[in-house]
Amino acid sequence: MSQVTEYSEKVMDHFTNPRNMGEIEDASGVGTVGNAKCGDIMRMYLDIDENGIVRDVKFKTFGCGAAVATSSMATELVKGKSVNEALKVTNKAVMEALDGLPPVKIHCSLLAEQAIHAALWDYAEKNGITIEGLKPPVNDIDETEEFYQMQGE
Amino acid sequence: MDRFIYMDNAATTKVAPEVLEAMLPFFTEEYGNPSSAYAFSGKIAKKVAEARRTIADALNACEKEIFFTGGGSESDNWAIKGVADALKDKGNHIITTKIEHHAVLHTCEFLEKHGYEVTYLPVDENGLVSLNDVEAAIRPTTILISVMFANNEIGTIEPIKEIGEIAHKHGIYFHTDAVQAFGHVPIDVDELNIDMLSSSAHKINGPKGIGFLYIRKGTKLSNLIHGGGQESGKRAGTTNAAGIIGYAKAVELALKDMEETTKYESELRDRLIKRVLEEIPYTRVNGDLNKRLSNNANFCFRFVEGESLLILLDQKGIMGSSGSARTSGSLDPSHVLLAIGLPHEIAHGSLRLTISKETTQEEIDYVVDSLKQIIDRLRSMSPLYEDFVKKNK
Repeated sequence: MSQVTEYSEKVMDHFTNPRNMGEIEDASGVGTVGNAKCGDIMRMYLDIDENGIVRDVKFKTFGCGAAVATSSMATELVKGKSVNEALKVTNKAVMEALDGLPPVKIHCSLLAEQAIHAALWDYAEKNGITIEGLKPPVNDIDETEEFYQMQGE
Repeated sequence: MDRFIYMDNAATTKVAPEVLEAMLPFFTEEYGNPSSAYAFSGKIAKKVAEARRTIADALNACEKEIFFTGGGSESDNWAIKGVADALKDKGNHIITTKIEHHAVLHTCEFLEKHGYEVTYLPVDENGLVSLNDVEAAIRPTTILISVMFANNEIGTIEPIKEIGEIAHKHGIYFHTDAVQAFGHVPIDVDELNIDMLSSSAHKINGPKGIGFLYIRKGTKLSNLIHGGGQESGKRAGTTNAAGIIGYAKAVELALKDMEETTKYESELRDRLIKRVLEEIPYTRVNGDLNKRLSNNANFCFRFVEGESLLILLDQKGIMGSSGSARTSGSLDPSHVLLAIGLPHEIAHGSLRLTISKETTQEEIDYVVDSLKQIIDRLRSMSPLYEDFVKKNK
């Protein structure tokens, strides 16, 4: 199966020229989701101002072309939005904005949605507030460090 | 300038011009069915017989021991299902390895659903099967041992002669999937104690859709494809004269230049491996460095995922493959990389580059230079790399 021919032009564009890639120092909220075992990890940084507006957003992603593209598109969709609006950015919205994803890649868009939620959760915790409808993120285990310690690196 | 650097020769190869030329008449002027009675077809049957001899000679086998099939997967299916059926009164146990091609693994899984028992032997960190493990796995009910000659992902060459010896000591048939090895390394079926050997033409500059199963005289196995009396009544289907003749030409070419090609490819492969390991940090090479196919290099780049890597390489005109789950549509990365003990995350960052005698040193250098940029870029995007850097500050 060729990935390149199955991806839409928009997916390829967001993969090749990702928007908002990077880190935010002292971010209002940071969320990391996914696991290395399955091959996708997304991290979302949110800079939220005193009015609860997402002033800036950055991402870092370990994963396939669709994982990078969905992260990139998700950042575009939450930028400038209020916290409550950002919470309503669904995986479906991310997919639609990318002109669709191959069926095996739909989980990437779910991960992007979860990454936003995880960053919002972190923001809420740091500020001692409750965002209605937001659930706590799930953490995963990393087996890699153990392997490299075993190899003596 | 648009580059076109094909480094996926373990997936398939280009048909050699000599092969195409040898095949062409059998599509147009000499289209007769070799099984027909008239002289027009007899002439073609003779050419097919010559081709069969060329291939038999390449293995130190007899013409009557070469059975043409539709390719490597069919040959693997036939060898395993054929023996399983023919010897079902003798036993129901098969020994194979965890790193076989899916044509072997999925065939074994199919048989498991039908009452057969299969032992999947582990391999060491370089992908080598242990002879002690082979011997220890043998039961009174074992009817077949099937171990691949060389692995398609990591290029490791298994101790075939020794495994065959163990099999024969216990009166068990030995089959080897030699799809990646035939035409690349010398194979003498007598010397290496092989009873059955699978092969495919398109891996050695021959056409797709043609392969063979070598079956040592006297080996009992049931037929897989039933129908007409072709291939001594053991494999039905109209003789693929063009394919067989093209295959024989490809074998002839491979054998003629084998030593030279191996030397040339090994030097380029070693340059590729050396430069990548030296110039790209947090990288490992997979597979045995000595017992290895001359055209295979397989790396894992930490903090990077394989599909992303392949797309960016493609944008630079470089074609390779990856054991990442994301390139196969499954959830798990390559079973071979997991079998050599790699964690999932590392296995996801794998890249296989398989060169050919047409690969140049300039191309190798271009690939390494491109890889450096791409890996840098993907790492700058990777949360795993970010964590690693922060942790080791």
